Amino acid sequence: MSEDNNAQAREPVTGMDAPIYLQYQFTAGRAPSRFLHALKQGRLTGQRCPGCSQVYIPPRGSCPACGIATDEEVTLSNKATVQSFTIVYIPIPGNPIKPPYIVANLVPDGANISFIHLLSDCVNEEVHIGQRVEAVWKPAQEWDYKMDNILYYRPLEEPDVPVELIGRLPVEGWEGQA
Amino acid sequence: MAQLAAVIGTGQTRYKTRRGDVSIAGLLREAAVNALEDAGLGFEDIDAVVIGKAPDMFEGIVMPECYLADALGANGKPMLRVHTAGSVGGSTALVAASHVQSGTFRRVLTVTFEKQSESNAMWALSTPQPFAVHLNAGAGGYFAPIIREYMRRSGAPYDVGIKVAVKDRLHGARNPLAHLQKPDITLQEVEESMMLWDPIRLLEACPSSDGACAMVIAAEDAVDSSPRPPAWIRGGAMRSEPTMYAGREEVNPRAGRDCAADVYAQAGIRDPRRELDCAEIYVPFSWYEPMWLENLGFAEEGQGWRLTMEGATSMDEGGDIPWNPSGGVLSSNPIGASGMIRFAEAARQVRGDAGAHQVEGARLAMGHAYGGGAQFFAMWIVGADKP
Repeated sequence: MSEDNNAQAREPVTGMDAPIYLQYQFTAGRAPSRFLHALKQGRLTGQRCPGCSQVYIPPRGSCPACGIATDEEVTLSNKATVQSFTIVYIPIPGNPIKPPYIVANLVPDGANISFIHLLSDCVNEEVHIGQRVEAVWKPAQEWDYKMDNILYYRPLEEPDVPVELIGRLPVEGWEGQA
Repeated sequence: MAQLAAVIGTGQTRYKTRRGDVSIAGLLREAAVNALEDAGLGFEDIDAVVIGKAPDMFEGIVMPECYLADALGANGKPMLRVHTAGSVGGSTALVAASHVQSGTFRRVLTVTFEKQSESNAMWALSTPQPFAVHLNAGAGGYFAPIIREYMRRSGAPYDVGIKVAVKDRLHGARNPLAHLQKPDITLQEVEESMMLWDPIRLLEACPSSDGACAMVIAAEDAVDSSPRPPAWIRGGAMRSEPTMYAGREEVNPRAGRDCAADVYAQAGIRDPRRELDCAEIYVPFSWYEPMWLENLGFAEEGQGWRLTMEGATSMDEGGDIPWNPSGGVLSSNPIGASGMIRFAEAARQVRGDAGAHQVEGARLAMGHAYGGGAQFFAMWIVGADKP
């Protein structure tokens, strides 16, 4: 080995690319399968816990608080309430969504728990807790077993929901509120 | 707890964005050797090894225990790996402690680590999930709405998080191991830093660090090898709860309140603010200081931000209950180790070993970690006095 090669051999290797690819075959199970089938038909569904009467979306087949099986299916509304939200500014490599965008914790009417979705078609600075929003679905021919069937949620011209009622509106929304 | 146990050695690495000079095994070994030296022991004196790290795609298989057994001198000894997301550093310390408290082992080495430069825990935790839209929001995207709800219900002024961000970096400037060294940081600098996940700004968020932390925990009859006094474990507790359930209190999680009540009861503490001398609390986003001040009973609900604004948690303002004298997670965040750093720094304080960030006369301190969707909690109280 020459002097040059020796010097090179003493250089530490401090990094090399070693990409890992992961493919995962997800078994949805019975309750989520029903949820996914309804989603493919353009419907949001949840399941009610027979113990605490709370309605879960997405349903996973049991209530995480009570630990008992849920099987009563409930069709939920396209209307929802903003429980909280963040405006995402952080640039993320390969992100198809262009910042700033709003990720909101939304509770659909008829459910008692939030999920996250995009809030769009709005003035970011005017988004607030308790705001009423509705789902904007893709064209029916594009529906798949995915929450992405809903493109985003957009603001609705309805009175705000007071904080103590967020997560408690019936499926009829404000109209069903006694 | 059946038998007494104490921390007799702590060891850490310098925390940095990238430790290209060592492999993962080398990084852990550095912390382990430092802890053994501090304890006045060698690998041959250790009876069992307990390790922990946060989830990522390490080796593609997430089985660091297989790869690291020899580097940690675990040949022929029991080795166990603990895994509770971001709280893992704390729960690993508690599992190691219970190995000794049960009377099964006399001296246990425990090590936690993260080499974020070689993978990326945050984005590994943000993979697409079935049933959910993939919005690429990361850890800050998860916690920002919870912080927003805290701000709403407490009515706290907008700059509480900014104040915490400055305070912890000034503490970190006293700690030569801290990743971020910002002795000249100002409120204005934090306020003008880029908004990442409104309301979380760049300088209100933790960095991504490489680093490892280790401790040696010994039984009552094995504490004398170290030249420094032991940090007696006065209480230890863990709690968990599901990420999501209807009506879950996300701002002030019940698992955190229950865990604190348990650990205080073990240590005989009624008023943590008055009875503890300092605390190392897991605050990865600045607003979690006021939120945890309330969750852990240092302040009434809705009042935690007042302690922060009054300077009660600041060493530089002469506060009565310094939080994160080491600079905390906001100054260094090798995720898997971050919880154990809190536990080890609490031990350093009561051993009088904390150097320029020593809280004068500290005799009773708390270490705290949380993880997942603020659903796993681990806490301990360590003291200079033998219980």
